Amino acid sequence: MAIMKQTLAALAAVLLLAPVLASAGTPKPDLKIENPGSCIAPVPEMRRNHMEMLKHTRDRTLRQGIRGEKASLNGCINCHASKTTGSVLGQGGFCQECHTYAAVKLDCWDCHQPKAGNHEAVGVKP
Amino acid sequence: MSEPQDRIENKSRRSFVGAAAVAGASAGVAALAPGLKLIEVAGAAPRAPGEPASSAVRWGMLIDTTKCASGCDACVKACATENGINETVKDPRQGSQWIRKIDLKDPKTGQEYSLPMLCQHCEHPPCVDVCPTGASMKRADGIVLVDRHICIGCRYCMMACPYKARSLVHMPLTEQNPLVPRGQGCVEACTFCVQRVDRGQQPACVEACPEKAMLFGNLNDPNSEIAQRVAKEKTTQVRADLKLNLGVRYQGI
Repeated sequence: MAIMKQTLAALAAVLLLAPVLASAGTPKPDLKIENPGSCIAPVPEMRRNHMEMLKHTRDRTLRQGIRGEKASLNGCINCHASKTTGSVLGQGGFCQECHTYAAVKLDCWDCHQPKAGNHEAVGVKP
Repeated sequence: MSEPQDRIENKSRRSFVGAAAVAGASAGVAALAPGLKLIEVAGAAPRAPGEPASSAVRWGMLIDTTKCASGCDACVKACATENGINETVKDPRQGSQWIRKIDLKDPKTGQEYSLPMLCQHCEHPPCVDVCPTGASMKRADGIVLVDRHICIGCRYCMMACPYKARSLVHMPLTEQNPLVPRGQGCVEACTFCVQRVDRGQQPACVEACPEKAMLFGNLNDPNSEIAQRVAKEKTTQVRADLKLNLGVRYQGI
């Protein structure tokens, strides 16, 4: 009887601890949003669909020349670039943090400028 | 040899647009379709957000080589500033050239010319013909671009271009202009500063030329300065024998 009680207690302990043990893996990304509350869509929709939004926008902008689309990478970095590094990449960077967690390759910023602020398109005055 | 079908169609469409534009100039406004007025789409004003580039516009450039000074590279520098071409390459042959200055000399007469050479924005671009992925493309308003999202860097277009106008980016880049994305492994060329043109501005090289030797505008708009000058003055297309109908024309060569 005593052995049965001990076994039950051990089983209960394992069952109770299970969720704790499972969540002790890779920590969830700790995202800091510099300008919260002004996103173009609710957070769950952005999490699931931001890549689709950007993909459709890129084709319309480049191939048809449509400017002023709602979703744009420059729009992303205006709110999401870190105020300390100025970038969405690097340690704690908004894009990189989540893509590293989800193990999804992030190559937008191989060509697009990942830093906000200092890189203004100014051209040359006549 | 008969001309390909698309050229014939393009010609007839251009003559229709030209006729419509002339009618528009006399009547004030020409209606292309319900709600679409030629005078609105053909202007140099920035396009409204959400409006695509229109085939009623054909962007072109006229370069007066008699004003172009040998040794001056203001256009090349302005291009590099505007488009963020600032990387240092190990081998100079790997550097990106969207626009370059060329000095020519006629060995018989000794006459010298200097001119900027850039993507000629052909109506029938060979780079678009050969591209295996469809990345090399011509926009409705005649600007020839590379869709880097699907460019695989094979460099067929560089081989096909008669003007050596295209370059491959050989190294990772970090200091791009936010409006001009560019990166390793993709082919690139002059875009007529498409990010500026869409805002109603002139390409950086045209603005920077101290001699005002470069003129940019809409070849399809009979009221534009460029259309009036190419109608009155003698202009040349480089390698006109290829019948590519270039967007860039030269004077004095």
